Amino acid sequence: MATITYRDALNHALREEMERDPDVFLMGEEVGVYQGAYKVSRGLLEAFGERRVVDTPIAEYGFAGIGVGAAMAGLRPVIEFMTWNFALLAIDQVVNSAAKMLYMSGGQIPMPLVFRGPGGAALQLAAQHSQAFESWFANVPGLKVAAPATPYDAKGLLKAAIRDNNPVVFLEGEMLYNTKGEVPDEEYVIPLGSADIKREGTDVTLVSHSKTVAVALKAAEQLEAEHGVSAEVIDLRTIRPLDVEAITMSVRKTNRCVIVEEGWPFCGVGAQVVDDIQRDTFDYLDAPVLRVTGADVPMPYNKHLERSAKPSPDKVVQAVQRVAYLD
Amino acid sequence: MAQSATLRELDADRVEFYTHLLRQMLQIRRFEEKAGEAYAQGKIGGFCHLYIGQEAVAVGALAALREDDYVFTSYREHAHALARGMSARAVMAELYGKADGCSKGMGGSMHLFDRERNFLGGHAIVGSHIPLAAGAGFAAKYRGTDQLAICFFGEAAVNIGAFHETLNMAALWKLPVVFLCENNRYGMGTALERASAVYDIAQRACAYDMASLTADGMDVLAMYDATVQAAQRARDEKLPTLIEARTYRYMGHSMADPIHGHYRTKEELEEQKERDPIANLKARMLEERLLEKEAYERMEHEVAEEIADAMEFSDRSPDPDPATLYDRVYED
Amino acid sequence: MATKVLMEALSPTMEEGRVLTWQKGEGEAVKSGDVLAEVETDKAVMELQARGDGVLRKILAPAGATVEVGRLVAVIAAQDEDIDAILAEAGDGKKAEREARRRHEAPAPKPATAAATAEAPAAARARAADTDDGARVKASPLARRVAREQGVDLARITGSGPGGRIIRRDVDAAEAAPAAAAAMPLGGYHDVELPQIRKTIARRLAQSLGPIPHFFLTTEIDMERAAEARAALNALEDGVRISFNDIVVKVTAAALLQHRACNAWWQDDHIRYFNEVHISMAVAVEDGLITPVIRDAHAKSLRAIAEESRTLAQRARERKLRPDEYTGGTFSISNLGMFDIEQFTAVINPPEAGILAVGTIAAKPVVEAGAVTVRKRMLVTMSCDHRVIDGATGAQFLQTVKRMLENPLAIVW
Repeated sequence: MATITYRDALNHALREEMERDPDVFLMGEEVGVYQGAYKVSRGLLEAFGERRVVDTPIAEYGFAGIGVGAAMAGLRPVIEFMTWNFALLAIDQVVNSAAKMLYMSGGQIPMPLVFRGPGGAALQLAAQHSQAFESWFANVPGLKVAAPATPYDAKGLLKAAIRDNNPVVFLEGEMLYNTKGEVPDEEYVIPLGSADIKREGTDVTLVSHSKTVAVALKAAEQLEAEHGVSAEVIDLRTIRPLDVEAITMSVRKTNRCVIVEEGWPFCGVGAQVVDDIQRDTFDYLDAPVLRVTGADVPMPYNKHLERSAKPSPDKVVQAVQRVAYLD
Repeated sequence: MAQSATLRELDADRVEFYTHLLRQMLQIRRFEEKAGEAYAQGKIGGFCHLYIGQEAVAVGALAALREDDYVFTSYREHAHALARGMSARAVMAELYGKADGCSKGMGGSMHLFDRERNFLGGHAIVGSHIPLAAGAGFAAKYRGTDQLAICFFGEAAVNIGAFHETLNMAALWKLPVVFLCENNRYGMGTALERASAVYDIAQRACAYDMASLTADGMDVLAMYDATVQAAQRARDEKLPTLIEARTYRYMGHSMADPIHGHYRTKEELEEQKERDPIANLKARMLEERLLEKEAYERMEHEVAEEIADAMEFSDRSPDPDPATLYDRVYED
Repeated sequence: MATKVLMEALSPTMEEGRVLTWQKGEGEAVKSGDVLAEVETDKAVMELQARGDGVLRKILAPAGATVEVGRLVAVIAAQDEDIDAILAEAGDGKKAEREARRRHEAPAPKPATAAATAEAPAAARARAADTDDGARVKASPLARRVAREQGVDLARITGSGPGGRIIRRDVDAAEAAPAAAAAMPLGGYHDVELPQIRKTIARRLAQSLGPIPHFFLTTEIDMERAAEARAALNALEDGVRISFNDIVVKVTAAALLQHRACNAWWQDDHIRYFNEVHISMAVAVEDGLITPVIRDAHAKSLRAIAEESRTLAQRARERKLRPDEYTGGTFSISNLGMFDIEQFTAVINPPEAGILAVGTIAAKPVVEAGAVTVRKRMLVTMSCDHRVIDGATGAQFLQTVKRMLENPLAIVW
């Protein structure tokens, strides 16, 4: 068991899958010679050559479409977006081409394709570079959406995504790349669609994913120490398919739920989770489900305003106090 | 820029090939006429874009390709499907939305697919399939095969970013792709001259140091020759080509659009019909005694029967089972 | 003269009824008293009777329809009488639905409950007024479910959540309370004002244990002689079979006559002691539990009790009990002996103050005159509302029950 960074965990996943399957290739801006804008692809060009590690011009729409076409012809492309903010230029390829191909061809054309890159806010990158798009893509039937929080999950989920025969939107976190965690030396794959309980608890369920898992875990510690509240932290890991069972099992136990996500509140991931909870666990709820989300604004540049626009452990604690009737 | 020869002399040794091309064009013409009728009867829904007038482009170009090449088209693609060898039954049933359609009734007129023939779709977002074809070309090169990909698109698609991004990457990476622009002069109701700063679409290739050709899109043999050249370049040199096929659309943009009116005159339409690809090839073959009048009549008869059979088949074909609504959203 | 057939309040708590079947069809002649339809209430299946003669001209609520109390469900009139005005007044279905919805949003005082709560605790009324609209109880879904499962009446609980929302912990804090105030039994009674000490005991015990401060008394009873008596009676072969439960009912009623302190209702600001004994008998039915009442059990023969309890249990299982048949008890008996339950504690059925939980009769070794013999023995546990019954009071009553069962002739002594 080695302790490695999230970045290296992704790198290892790519390396292992490229070794395993000659049809897997990586394409994107700065993935090769530059070693990756965030160094996720470090060393891959040297290992696999220009044929399989392809630097592109800045042409998201075009190279996303080339990825789709290559997948239609049977390859297993991994298309890297330098950030998901830029992927909006290619959203037509993700939504209109990749997500629809299997269905509108009457099942003839599978789409074994991964679109990956960092999503969400980092620090002071302002409005156009600080956006979490999970709910946008998760809204689309035909796409799968994964957003791992730890190096272990990042590696296992990326390997699963690359082996999946469906288009997977894989959202990483710029602020997560340097975080460290234990990753087994032996091979493993984490199936898409399975949430993980990152901390067991009895009084309230905190539903989180990606960066907000750390926020929820910190809030859980605070709740234990300061309020004697035992919080269970669920890491969704995959937004679509959503592991509804894991969520509802937990809420049936705790009777209370707070959802923590980085994205905007309106039609966000949490809105879907709330829908599942109210339908499946109505008679188990002792309080309305609350959400802690990014502020419903374009991200401000100012450091202090930016902080106040992001979910924080304190905000989660406050929400838990409300659902547990502690305030 | 090379210009393909126009109206070259017919070669008596190739009579079977000419007859084949003529028959395919005729089949497409009759198929589209009947599709228009079926649309008017409500048997075909949604958007339905007919190819009448442009038959020489799909037939000539696809005759120059191999069976293992990849074919991508836009949403005006009944003809390409038929020219690729897909049965009139499978295509018509798809237009009818039936379970026996080539996309099992899930795609419709704009989304015809046939994996076995590498016919990779009918795509309905203008220009979005241009990079897809480059992706298939990329895959061929990646695997070291000598397959190529051809992409049919209208002249209105050349003003879209996807066109430029893709041509740049195809030239940069030397991908075996034939970009075939079917310039039928109108993007829906907007004339090329009102939408593009450069009228000569083949010239667009210069920006990417890419070879280009302009071909008479009303002459099936010219289309065939141009595509043979481009295909050879793709296979032998792994280089892309942009072909501009100058053709003409007899019908409205779709069945729901006017044939003429504000954007073009009836006179212009009638004048263009003088260049009719079927009538011209037929006339030349008759003239050079490569085709007997009776044989042509027989051909007409056979085609009519084939289309009638396709319609009857489509009428009979069941709707997709409602229980399959949620099938094929994801592949296991 | 046309007769409007309205959905009638067929139980004290009924707000709406579901028409199960129409026994008469449109166009059929009906006489006053004829059964028109079977209606499912919140408690049972009841008959809706004609209250006038004529022809059933129009059915407005088809079988399966759920209709609010007081709403027109049919019209009886002469064959050729004009009923358009009545139908117009009732409005079309959509209008009725709209009205029903509006009524739901702004509920009017409920006549049935109003009558029942005339005697209800002032505190409960005050709490009801705490809610926004005076009628809707605000409770979390979890609290509602737990309350439903435990038979707790949410209307009697003060919510501690935002805006008075009843949450899980509020239900947990409360013990089982009745879904509705029980109807008054017939017969005399006398109310005794609470002495100060009793008020204090009541308040403090309630604070510590929830609304009803239960305590439990268990005794083991020798049933040899009761068994002999039962065998002898059943040997008469007159068609009525006496069960042990019938004997327990009879004995309990007789014992309560001697210990009226246990034959009482807790009424929050006073205790009501009854002169007559009405035994509530817990009967399991398909979706729950209902307690038909054997009225004047103290005055009935064992044979009459046997017959009546048989009939009531049967009617309960068929959901055919009338409201007056399952309300107004003064003391309850719950018997799980047939399930081989040796001993259990039962939850008090308020406002009653006591319930007897009867276990199975089993052969057990007992020491008698210094020697071990095998005897038929039965464990009974009495749950007492400490606000009404003190330990010694309950114990004395239970002792009488035990003596009578061990010597059945004492019933007539």
